[in-house]
Amino acid sequence: MSVRVAGLTLASPVLVASGCGGTGRELSAYAPLSTYGAFTTRSISRDARPGSDGPTLAETPAGLVHATGLPNPGLDVFLATELPWLLTEGARVVVSIVARDLGEYGEVARRLATAPGVSAVEVNLAVPDATELGVLAAREPFHVGAAVSTVLRELPRGVPVLAKLRPDPVRVAETVKVAADAGAGAVVLGGALPAALPDGRPAGLSGPAVSPLALRCVADARAALDAAGAECDVIACGGIGTAEDARTALRLGAVAVQVGSALFHDPTTAARLAAALDPDEGA
Amino acid sequence: MSPVHVTAEVLASKRIGAFQHVTLVAPGVGERFRPGAFVAVSVGTGGYHLARRAFWIHQVRPLGGYAATVTLVVEPRGQGTRWLASRQRGDRVEVTGPLGGRPFALPKEPVPTLLVGEGYAAAPLFALAERLRERDCPVNLVLGAPDEAHLLSALEARRTARAVTIVTGDGSVGARGSVAEVLPEALRRSGAAVVYAAGPAVTLHGAAAAAEEHGAWSQVALEQRTTCGTGLCLGCPVPVVGEDGVARTARACTDGPVVRGDRVRWDDLARGASA
Repeated sequence: MSVRVAGLTLASPVLVASGCGGTGRELSAYAPLSTYGAFTTRSISRDARPGSDGPTLAETPAGLVHATGLPNPGLDVFLATELPWLLTEGARVVVSIVARDLGEYGEVARRLATAPGVSAVEVNLAVPDATELGVLAAREPFHVGAAVSTVLRELPRGVPVLAKLRPDPVRVAETVKVAADAGAGAVVLGGALPAALPDGRPAGLSGPAVSPLALRCVADARAALDAAGAECDVIACGGIGTAEDARTALRLGAVAVQVGSALFHDPTTAARLAAALDPDEGA
Repeated sequence: MSPVHVTAEVLASKRIGAFQHVTLVAPGVGERFRPGAFVAVSVGTGGYHLARRAFWIHQVRPLGGYAATVTLVVEPRGQGTRWLASRQRGDRVEVTGPLGGRPFALPKEPVPTLLVGEGYAAAPLFALAERLRERDCPVNLVLGAPDEAHLLSALEARRTARAVTIVTGDGSVGARGSVAEVLPEALRRSGAAVVYAAGPAVTLHGAAAAAEEHGAWSQVALEQRTTCGTGLCLGCPVPVVGEDGVARTARACTDGPVVRGDRVRWDDLARGASA
């Protein structure tokens, strides 16, 4: 079932969420990467980030609390090794990016603009421990708008910007309108919610625990964008683990879903959802 | 060693000492197994345990008409391990495996080896011992535990190993003491060129340090609490030093679980675990 997402035609409405598919290699053991509408990379920064030294995930009822510190090999290594590999595997690649400030966002986007095979760029504006990690904290809608327009300005036409946002139902309407005004092709609702690890360290909460909030955000975002006449899609993310979850999100106005932490529990989840949502499958 | 995700069936579950030995029919897992590999198991029902539990594959053998059943050693300590330990014959369990980007590396030459294991974590060493013996590598074994109930398969060990040293904290079997205390002597007597260790981080660190002192290589099987086990979640960081001497963070699941002992930044590992 192909879908239109932010001007792209994707083979499936089921995408792999950022930070949940490893480098792609690990996930490819369970299904070809071409199974998914797109593979979203873990957030890539200009410089390599080693990530945290200690165990940084904790299970909570219906969720996961995480503070991995955004480990990644940096843009150069990613472009030289991981991106080409993903493309040879037939993946549609959405590159998630994170940066310290707008200047660095511009720099990263400029480099991505000349990299072949980048289908879209997802700007990670939902880092739940941004201050601790020294990356841009999108506290206010104008931060979101500024980051989106900075990245979009550097990208060639046809490479849309997806804005990954905090699933905050209180501010979602105003935030998505600002993102759309800045030119985002889609908003992703949502990322992790700010939380704390059992020892009190800042972290993010993901998984089924956030899905009711994410669903509310999807519905409210769609309504707000429609009311504003904005041509901006909504991608649902947060606790999606079953075909029913995905269908509900699509019914509420999402054009696609991202599967994230459910992959930790069962690495075949996204592939199964892609099959379940494909009308040709089982016909 | 490409992993598969399957619904396994419990074929047998047997209490031995403090541990539950759970044997699974998990098609495709045992066939691909190499010593040092592990499986990730979904525990509980209703999806409330999002994180999976990792278990060393203890044994792969034909049983009950199945070519390659997989046996795990479970010490019931937390909710997840208690759940798995209480599964009955015929129950179904979601399993992914065999996992681990790097299982134990086997020596190319028939050199003497020393295997060091503590508690249930010694589980991967027995299959390793068999592989080493097939390669004519003399196997010496040090097994430790707080007491006899937590000592894994000492009898079985005597079949494959040339020399077995047992040490328990309470002296209920073997010598009284700790693995660390008997290691230097075991190393000296065995003349081991490679030390393989599986146990808590402090034991691994001790084994790596002792090996280095004796000019032996060490291969340590890291036990990190894991969320996925498959390399997706980035939640099992191991501070290491790369070939180039640069400090890096590796993933215990896909860059390990077996790593060279001299590559681990042990102090950072201990600091991370206590953070």
